[in-house]
Amino acid sequence: MSMINYASREINCKIVYYGPGLGGKTTNLEHVYAKVTPDTRGKLISLATETERTLFFDFLPVDLGTIRGFKTRFHLYTVPGQVYYNASRKLILKGVDGIVFVADSQLERMEANVEAMQNLYDNMAEYGYDLTSMPFILQYNKRDLPNAAPIRDLQASLNPGFEVSDPARQRVSPDPFRAGENLVEQAEDGAWVERVPYFEAVAVQGDGVFETLKAVSKLVLKSLA
Amino acid sequence: MAVGSASWSFTEDDFGAITQSLQRFLHDSNARCALLVDRTGQLIATVGEQPTFDPTAFATLTAADFSANDQLAKLIGETDFNSLFHQGEKESMYLADVARRVILVIIFDNRTTLGLVRLKLKSTIDELTRLFTQVFERGASGPSTPSILAGADDEIDKLFQ
Repeated sequence: MSMINYASREINCKIVYYGPGLGGKTTNLEHVYAKVTPDTRGKLISLATETERTLFFDFLPVDLGTIRGFKTRFHLYTVPGQVYYNASRKLILKGVDGIVFVADSQLERMEANVEAMQNLYDNMAEYGYDLTSMPFILQYNKRDLPNAAPIRDLQASLNPGFEVSDPARQRVSPDPFRAGENLVEQAEDGAWVERVPYFEAVAVQGDGVFETLKAVSKLVLKSLA
Repeated sequence: MAVGSASWSFTEDDFGAITQSLQRFLHDSNARCALLVDRTGQLIATVGEQPTFDPTAFATLTAADFSANDQLAKLIGETDFNSLFHQGEKESMYLADVARRVILVIIFDNRTTLGLVRLKLKSTIDELTRLFTQVFERGASGPSTPSILAGADDEIDKLFQ
């Protein structure tokens, strides 16, 4: 739920980084914090345990520029990935404008990824939010690790595609972030499906972090246009 | 339509009315400052002494505080806690719900008392509830004003080049 403040001429949007525990959500925010100029970002707030595991959330506000005289301010949140923190995870989703799902590419984390994705669907549904019509990006993190699963396997498990039932939208639509690939296309069985854009990342080195952030912010602003 | 359709916005007139109501309250109660925060953690307005802390971070934590307490309320069989009080040695905070969508935070020191703040706040909350209900109803039903971003696709593209 974006907020347009005409008094301070700001558009405020909320982006939530979701995903399994130790997948790199906080690392994404830390990299953004380290790399953007201090006058375009606020404080990085971390409500974490003594062992630096996210307890409630991390929060970072960043300004991404001005459109029509309005400052575009994005509030980036992470959720705690650990399964038993679902109550706090759900609270953070309130009023979300765009979602980044940070998946851990390691083969042995596949089950945790799928479980976190299911949890995201469940929590969104409880709020009555429709994930299929919301800015939503997948980030496959830790691509540098030797035990990283192939992208096609990750795509098959985590990004199989939503069914497109609206006939007006049943046409091939290219992925704006990935030349030669499509977001909406017809599956072999004739059904039209829509996948969400994905990015590969090595968040500890900053690879893919800004690409992901830019993509989700752009989709959020376009959803308001 | 995306969740963005649930967006709300208020005009300068709304802002003026909200500010006036809060200024009157601050004058009557001798509290230092009042902040309005929406339930998703966005800061809406600050009235009174300008805070020396980071107001954006403050707003986020306020919303989280309120949300966490709402859940605690449910656990003990209440629907919500419509106000919270945090007492410090010198500075204290009183948080109150407005129209189930906004949180009003009052920061005060020992120049006043919790009793006076609560007493004076009652009519202010009623007034703000009326104002915000109007804002939300207008957003939900009235002829929707075109988004300021309508047709700004090119500008958005340029921002991310």
